[in-house]
Amino acid sequence: MEMNPARRTVLRGAGSLGALSALVLAGVLKPTAVYAADWNKAAFEAKDTPAALKGLGAGSPADSKDLVLKVPDIAENGAVVPVDVVSNIPNTTSIAILVDKNPTALTCLYAFTNGALPEVSARIKMGQTSLVRAVAKAGDKYFVAQKECKVTVGGCGG
Amino acid sequence: MADPMKIRASMKGDAAEVRILMSHAMETGQRKDAAGNTVPAHFIQTITIDVGGKRVVDGQIGTAVARNPVFGFKIKGAKAGDKVVVNWVDNKGDKRTDEATVA
Amino acid sequence: MKKRIVLLAAVAVAWTGSASAQTKDANAEFEKFRAEMEESNPAELFEVKGEELWKAKRGPKKVSLADSCDLGQGVGKIEGAYVKAPRYFADADAVMDIERRIVWCMTEKQGFKFEDIAKKPFQGANDNNAPDITNLVTYVASGSRNMEFDMPMHDAKVRDAFETGKAMAAYRAGPYDFSCNTCHGADGKRIRMQNLPNLSSPEGALRGVLGWPGYRMTGGVMLTSQWRMNDCFRQQRFPEPKYASQAVTNLIAYMTGNANGQMYKGPGIKR
Repeated sequence: MEMNPARRTVLRGAGSLGALSALVLAGVLKPTAVYAADWNKAAFEAKDTPAALKGLGAGSPADSKDLVLKVPDIAENGAVVPVDVVSNIPNTTSIAILVDKNPTALTCLYAFTNGALPEVSARIKMGQTSLVRAVAKAGDKYFVAQKECKVTVGGCGG
Repeated sequence: MADPMKIRASMKGDAAEVRILMSHAMETGQRKDAAGNTVPAHFIQTITIDVGGKRVVDGQIGTAVARNPVFGFKIKGAKAGDKVVVNWVDNKGDKRTDEATVA
Repeated sequence: MKKRIVLLAAVAVAWTGSASAQTKDANAEFEKFRAEMEESNPAELFEVKGEELWKAKRGPKKVSLADSCDLGQGVGKIEGAYVKAPRYFADADAVMDIERRIVWCMTEKQGFKFEDIAKKPFQGANDNNAPDITNLVTYVASGSRNMEFDMPMHDAKVRDAFETGKAMAAYRAGPYDFSCNTCHGADGKRIRMQNLPNLSSPEGALRGVLGWPGYRMTGGVMLTSQWRMNDCFRQQRFPEPKYASQAVTNLIAYMTGNANGQMYKGPGIKR
């Protein structure tokens, strides 16, 4: 993908998706000039959750009951595990989903602007039984909710 | 060329519910084929959603999103008739843009 | 050898006691999320491709199936075709399930060679694309969404296919001396965490036909009833039937007949 060097600098300098959105809202960047966010290689290629959180700039997020994570107790198939996250934390701007025991922990990261509610439903892969975490960013703080999901061994063709 | 997405967008109360189905292999780079060779990673990296001409969701995803990805979002303040534009780009530079209208 | 057979049969067929309560909970959990998964089913992506194929002028004869193929409801009509098959087609003088019928249309009307279609009739695990025939079956099946199964059991030829299928389900052979009914002939059986439907009951038969063609989470592929039957033979260690054989139609007729009168929900999602 051809990158706009000027935009890259802005992104690097701002250091977060939220900042980019703020620039859009402030009218500094027109939406039509905004491509997708740069893919956060450091966070997505991190092998474990602490490293992925570091890559996200999330450090050690605080537990929050206002962050609702819905994952099955037991998944029928690790290849497709449905995950729903809803943040009731005021001013939530992004949500990430992580799986501790996957080869790379970070699964997806979504930033919300212009009326998008801070919630997402996704389907993820899980290599084995693991803790699944949702991490939300609100203001400059990060929050986490977690739940274990058991992955079963397959039967026949169904 | 990438296959089209299937986008469903409909008003539920004061928010538009947007469900997106994408056709993509989402190869992890960890799987071996029948001959024992590692299948190279091939996966969507970025997803954007614009509703009514405004960016509402800016997403980044990794190899652990399931094959043929499905995502759901809710956009408050959207209204019937608004155009929904979804775009993805993968790690090989393949891309796809599809549109729908909020019902 | 004898001992091994007995042991295997016991494992496949009679896990009861403490494990069953756990399985019940697990299955309730599966069901809870199944509904959500079906709401946005990747099968729809294959439906879209199937519709394009159905309407496109293709094959050596450059005709579309929409303009030439009668699935029993009139040329080009897909509404209700899936739930009203297998049925007897006079032009082919055979009872056919929908997949076989579409293959027949592709060869007779569009001029494709059967051998070419049969070369790779099913999507392999992790294959990027499903074969055309699978996309077509998925599209046609979508035209019966939320309609009741209504296989014409009053037709003597269909009845005959049903009875033959019933006899086949009970036929024991192969290295393990299995029949379809070894696993699917009584209530309460399972393999690992999967409950096995009893295909002789209306509820079990419905489970056997519901959700096919189905998007299979394992491998992320779209598969048809024809594939499922072939795979059952493989798992029984039988020789696999050749593609689109009458034997498979008969088994599908047996299950569909038992499921008659119950609601088909359209292409589904499978583990």
